[in-house]
Amino acid sequence: MTNPNPQSGSPDKEPASEAQAAQNALGNTERAEVATEPDRSAAKPGPEPEPKPSLGRFFLDNLWAANTFTVTLLSLVLAIVVGAVLMIISDPDVLSTYSYITSRPSDAINSSWTLVSEAYANLFKGSIFDPEAFSGWLDGANGWQAVLAPISETLTYAAPLVFTGLSVALAFRGGLFNIGAQGQATIGVIMAALAGFLLPLPPGLHLLVAVLAGALGGAIWGFIPGILKARAGAHEVINTIMLNYVATYFLTWLIVQNGVQDPNRTDAISKAVDTSAQLPRLLGDNLRVHAGILLAVLATWAVAWLLNRSTLGFELRAVGANPDAARTAGISVTRTYILIMVFAGILAGLGGSNMVLGSTASALTPLVVAQIGFDGILVALLGRVKPWGVLLAALLFGALQAGGNRMQSYSGISLELVTVLQALIVIFIAAPALVKAIFQLRAARAARLQTSLAKGW
Amino acid sequence: MEPGEIHALLGENGAGKSTLMNVLYGLYQPDEGEILVDGKPLKLKGPSDAIGAGIGMVHQHFMLVPVFTVTENIMLGAEQIRGGIAGFLDRRRARREVTEVSERYNLRVDPDAVIEDLPVGIQQRVEIVKALTRDVDLLILDEPTAVLTPQETEELLTVMRSLKAAGKSIVFITHKLGEVKAIADRITVIRRGKTVGTASPEASRDELAALMVGRNVRLTVDKTPATPGDPVLEVSGLVVDDDRQIRAVDGVDLTVRAGEVLGVAGVQGNGQTELIEAIMGLRPALAGTISLAGDRINGWKPKKVLRAGVGYVPEDRSVDGLIKEFSVAENLVLDIYDRPPFGAGLALKPDAIAASAKERIEQFDVRTSSADAAVGTLSGGNQQKVIVARELSRPLKLFIAAQPTRGVDVGSIEFIHSQVIRERDIGTAVLVVSSELDEVIGLADRIAVMYRGRIIGIVGPDTPREEIGLLMAGISPDEAHDAVAAPAADKPGAATAADKPAAADGGPASDAGPASEDEA
Repeated sequence: MTNPNPQSGSPDKEPASEAQAAQNALGNTERAEVATEPDRSAAKPGPEPEPKPSLGRFFLDNLWAANTFTVTLLSLVLAIVVGAVLMIISDPDVLSTYSYITSRPSDAINSSWTLVSEAYANLFKGSIFDPEAFSGWLDGANGWQAVLAPISETLTYAAPLVFTGLSVALAFRGGLFNIGAQGQATIGVIMAALAGFLLPLPPGLHLLVAVLAGALGGAIWGFIPGILKARAGAHEVINTIMLNYVATYFLTWLIVQNGVQDPNRTDAISKAVDTSAQLPRLLGDNLRVHAGILLAVLATWAVAWLLNRSTLGFELRAVGANPDAARTAGISVTRTYILIMVFAGILAGLGGSNMVLGSTASALTPLVVAQIGFDGILVALLGRVKPWGVLLAALLFGALQAGGNRMQSYSGISLELVTVLQALIVIFIAAPALVKAIFQLRAARAARLQTSLAKGW
Repeated sequence: MEPGEIHALLGENGAGKSTLMNVLYGLYQPDEGEILVDGKPLKLKGPSDAIGAGIGMVHQHFMLVPVFTVTENIMLGAEQIRGGIAGFLDRRRARREVTEVSERYNLRVDPDAVIEDLPVGIQQRVEIVKALTRDVDLLILDEPTAVLTPQETEELLTVMRSLKAAGKSIVFITHKLGEVKAIADRITVIRRGKTVGTASPEASRDELAALMVGRNVRLTVDKTPATPGDPVLEVSGLVVDDDRQIRAVDGVDLTVRAGEVLGVAGVQGNGQTELIEAIMGLRPALAGTISLAGDRINGWKPKKVLRAGVGYVPEDRSVDGLIKEFSVAENLVLDIYDRPPFGAGLALKPDAIAASAKERIEQFDVRTSSADAAVGTLSGGNQQKVIVARELSRPLKLFIAAQPTRGVDVGSIEFIHSQVIRERDIGTAVLVVSSELDEVIGLADRIAVMYRGRIIGIVGPDTPREEIGLLMAGISPDEAHDAVAAPAADKPGAATAADKPAAADGGPASDAGPASEDEA
């Protein structure tokens, strides 16, 4: 629709640099950004030394340059615009005003504007801040919980996505494409739930054991493709996809077994996790936000430290960027591959345990994991495979989910639109040339725009 | 450029030679200035314009599809089509053209051979034929000899002469002075993007080198005679396979002593790579023993070998030596990141890494904008210096340098050579593998010549080039000796050197036949 084609021709112009970009895609993104500023100033001192630009000037210059931040932001804008068009098309009443747009254009414009602005306003109110609840709290009409409810929902949806996003991002940095976060989360959720209702343990310890059980489950499910890759050279993409199926159907089978299924029910649902194994709620029982989000921030910090400040992370990044050189430098590539997948599995497994130990659900059902594993891939890409970027991306996705619920009930816009928005954002981010062309961005010299997708296959 | 002229473009790495030629070939757009062909200015929007204007280019890294045949590769981009709209490829016609062109210029290629089965020299020939089938008048050869063996280089020079005779002009980009002098009609020297001089091929090597780097350089390596100590590396009966499970090293015996440089000469692909990879633990040894200062190191992991005090400069720096995306500082600790002071337990010490990087950059004269710049942004010579700095910055027993100066500019070569000799003088055993005979002769105290997976002879550094050249071609030591008819005075030196590892002599001797056995 709003997708002009000429951009597709642009990669042909400089095939060499594109290939180069693809090669550097992993691990380089971070440096590219960091290097932007020193590089520009360092490369410049040519014959005529330019006057040093002020900070404000520098900011403005870079704002419209095609750096990763600008492109990410503009991808969001584009996705919102395309989403608006979809809303208009899918609403028969609004669409009908377009049949007489030449005679009364105001009808079409007004009705479209009302529809779209209300929908996005509800998206915002449902995910971040609802002014009505705030004024209601001032008037005493509702409690403070209502003010924080949107944020609480956003954080609840974001927490598991942080874990699965980190799982995918970590593997990416090590040169592996972990499609298996879904399966790892599924095994994680199973182990966490089993530990949650089978083990009679005191509060606190019970929670700890349940969380660790989830991590262990994920670790096992990551170890399998890891060792297959390291020892047999089997491609991790294929194996993780297949293991996703195994995990999903194992869950479906397990739920209806004796001792697992809720004895009072005939449908596929397990016993509920003991309260002693549930993650504590942070803002009282009326708000769903739970300690999972704190664990998620902790995990983000841990992954960032692991990647950038540890010997293991050094090995991991080295193997991801150039396995041959890593091997020559004495790093065991096979061992690193296994470790990467185990770590990725642990993270995804923790994401899974969030789904059953938190407030989202307290018992296993066939759909208990939702799509967190697959959404994790998108989150990792949106976050540019950097830990703190993943955290922000997960918050955005969480906000879209939370706001989407309100948008559906208040504006009658289907929740699926949120999924479409998420997909569009990632598509635009994966095609930076498209965004650059649409907005006529200047090419930032050092900040090479690359898609994280380029490697891993 | 005039018709029928070979014009050499000489310059250090990063001097701007390749960029200039890419502009000529339409890959890059000029910011200023214009290109004149037959007196008319030329606007090139892409390589197809350049080909239309009669300019063809053979890139340093070949642009061939490995799984296609020679004919298919040559057709690519200018496919002949028959059958009108149905668009069948006219392979027969293309094949005929290939045969015709290759006969006309005496460039023998098999039109039906698959590219990946061909040796590098022939692949290059395919590239040249490809350019010629497009009817070009001006052929740009971008560092064509960088990947060739001495024999292949010789053949290439012959080809260039015959092209010249046929009236084609050639731009020959290189930084090897010998080739320039051998073939060029006119030499333009480029430094830092500017033409700094034109020279005739009669100019001496030293003059040309001085023009290239902007100051006088020594091409010979200054060194005092070696004072060999105890054996550090002892290899005996080593057998190693290459990636295709073909025997690459077939019973090699070698000894490298502390404080000496053993040079391994040989045409590339005679097992040198595999020999070194086996020593480093990167490739399994199928038979034989490798020992380092008395310890048997067969089957050790690369990390353990490195830790035992072995420094290693791999032959392909961009594949095995460096991680281009990593910063200079990170590459400087690539194999010691987990040792104090750079790593403690699981944690890295960024401050220690940065401090050490600063020191190394200064000490080894690495030209980089900062220690945080990605190593891929450095020129080839500086990248190589990063590797050398990394490997020489810890105490070593043995230093292995494979092709230490391949694709490196003259200034850096000088520096790297002096560092190698410095390491020898502090008592490290040094093993240098190079396909540049000059380099081996310049650096080595003893020269082992490798041919088809065996050490065919070990000679002193004073041995005439021609004799070593014959050894490299597989002529056994005695025949080589006789063929060159070297004075008898030279012989004892060679003989004693070859005697030392007695078994080493056994290998090639049995190969050479009874005649040489009698002599032994």
